Amino acid sequence: MTFDPDESGVGLQADLPEDADQWSARLRRTAVSALPPARLLPDRQPAYVASWIYVFGALTLAALAIVVLTGMVLAIEGPTWWHLSRDGLFVNSMHLWSVELFFFFMVIHLWGKFFMAAWRGRRRATWVTGVLAFVVSIAAAFTGYLSQQNFDSQWIATQAKDGINATGAGAYFNVLNFGQMLMWHILLLPLVVGFLVIVHVLLVRRRGVVPPFAPDPEDLVVPVGDLSVDRTVAP
Amino acid sequence: MSVPATRPGRTRRFRPDRDVEEWHGRYVPYDIVKEFTAAFLVVLLLTLGLAIVLSSPDEPPVTIKSWSQHAPLDFARTAVTELAGTSPTATYGPPYNSTPGASQSIGPLSLESIMGVHHPIDTALDDVIEPLKTLPAVPTLSAAIGQYTAASVGTEQGWTNAYGAALGHARFAGGRLITRPGNYGPVAEMIGALTMMARSGALDGALVSSKQFYGTDYTKPLLFIADGTYMASLAAAQHLQGTQWGMMNETGNFPGQSWLWLYTFWYQVPPFTTSTNADALVWAIMVVLTALLALVPFLPGVRAIPRKVRLYRLIWRQHYRSLATRVDHAV
Amino acid sequence: MTVHQEVVGRLAQAVISLNGPGRYVHWGFIQISVANLVVIALIVVVFVAAVLVPFPRRSGGAR
Repeated sequence: MTFDPDESGVGLQADLPEDADQWSARLRRTAVSALPPARLLPDRQPAYVASWIYVFGALTLAALAIVVLTGMVLAIEGPTWWHLSRDGLFVNSMHLWSVELFFFFMVIHLWGKFFMAAWRGRRRATWVTGVLAFVVSIAAAFTGYLSQQNFDSQWIATQAKDGINATGAGAYFNVLNFGQMLMWHILLLPLVVGFLVIVHVLLVRRRGVVPPFAPDPEDLVVPVGDLSVDRTVAP
Repeated sequence: MSVPATRPGRTRRFRPDRDVEEWHGRYVPYDIVKEFTAAFLVVLLLTLGLAIVLSSPDEPPVTIKSWSQHAPLDFARTAVTELAGTSPTATYGPPYNSTPGASQSIGPLSLESIMGVHHPIDTALDDVIEPLKTLPAVPTLSAAIGQYTAASVGTEQGWTNAYGAALGHARFAGGRLITRPGNYGPVAEMIGALTMMARSGALDGALVSSKQFYGTDYTKPLLFIADGTYMASLAAAQHLQGTQWGMMNETGNFPGQSWLWLYTFWYQVPPFTTSTNADALVWAIMVVLTALLALVPFLPGVRAIPRKVRLYRLIWRQHYRSLATRVDHAV
Repeated sequence: MTVHQEVVGRLAQAVISLNGPGRYVHWGFIQISVANLVVIALIVVVFVAAVLVPFPRRSGGAR
């Protein structure tokens, strides 16, 4: 077998039986069978996806992207910038409103998916990762409020400490410690939210959008005069 | 109807709230990248619009300096309780100190006690004595501190009780606390000096940088400020108190955190309004409810709600109509 | 000030100032800010609209 990566990488993937147990080969086989390119980037979708409720997943994801981008700009200048600069206040405003939009769209997405019972057909992990992403996002927003270095963050910190201390978590998660809360907010929690969102989206791509509930008998009603047609058989 | 099981040789009954007949019908064109790009642009425009029109809130923080300048008597009264060890922080229990009976619990279980003291705070030392010692030495103050620390606990309590009571009727004038004469020992000197230190701004720095130059941990000054009534009165004016559904709110007329509605709801109803274990109980309830939300697909009654409510008939109405149409065309 | 600073400076100042005393609605033991009420009402309205507003039909596309 010649090594010639210019020819579509053929030389890099020999698929020889003796190499089948390679970790790399196994990982590639698993990944490609779970998520072939056509599933990752489709150009078709089932005809039943025909409602505006379906756009709210994408809107939530888009809002998250803007939260992260505006957060990056705030990180470039540091936590004090937005108190002292009009540019900074504007970017902070964008960060705050993109968070409000994120939760706004996420709640509508959640309601829609609930009423579609979107966990059906081996899609339970999609639902569970979605709820986890929701909960961790609340924690991420919470640490964001704590990182504001203003009256609001002081009040939230001194109030929230009681609830958190009551669970015992206050021993390690000190909401009064600005440095710690900022690091959770800009590093640890975004990574967890990002991971959960990626898994959630890949699960949607893998299983596809949940099909509708079975139709009612009236959906297949025979018009008067056509009793010879058997509607109970799919066309 | 049965569905293929994950293991060969076994099938299981079709449950409409758990299983679904996968789609073998029509597919239509769909551009996923274009859809996300459109969503991104829409949200970007909305965000820009909201930021331009409404901006964002930034109420300046309370500092020990601003507190002691606006409400010097409240500061002094709080400082006496810190010295006496009777303040909310001093009697808080874990994670700040070991105060018997202070921890919250649910039945016999107190996670707070189990975790123990991890952020030790001795309010007399941390809030009063150590900061005073950082001041340039003044003979009267040094003597007062020495006299206090050498006295017995009973003597100290006598002084702090007396001075605390006197502050209840005190005035602040000419930059000084004015109380009627009494047996306060060195306490009046110490609290007077601490109040001046606070009003100068030096106490803010002393509390944050007590261990190192680059302080980012505001535990001590925040607990000290929260022990007083000044910050709480500012919060009440902004509807941020717990009894005002404050958890959901933001300063001014900005929207807050409406997603916390259920969490803050419990604090408004008995028995949580009066329970000393309210925080632990509310957290426990919310953990359970959140777990139930995550586990909806596994809960037989709950997961049947969408099918019974039939809102899906509206969402998929085009699909259900198309079934009849196709069958009509097939005739 | 540069043109950029002027433009962003004007952008940073809110057209509608939401600072100042908050407006609250009291209903029994429920107390909610007008702002939060507006947000929650919008969520409900947008959800209902998303379900009811017709989605453009796509023609064509084989199985």
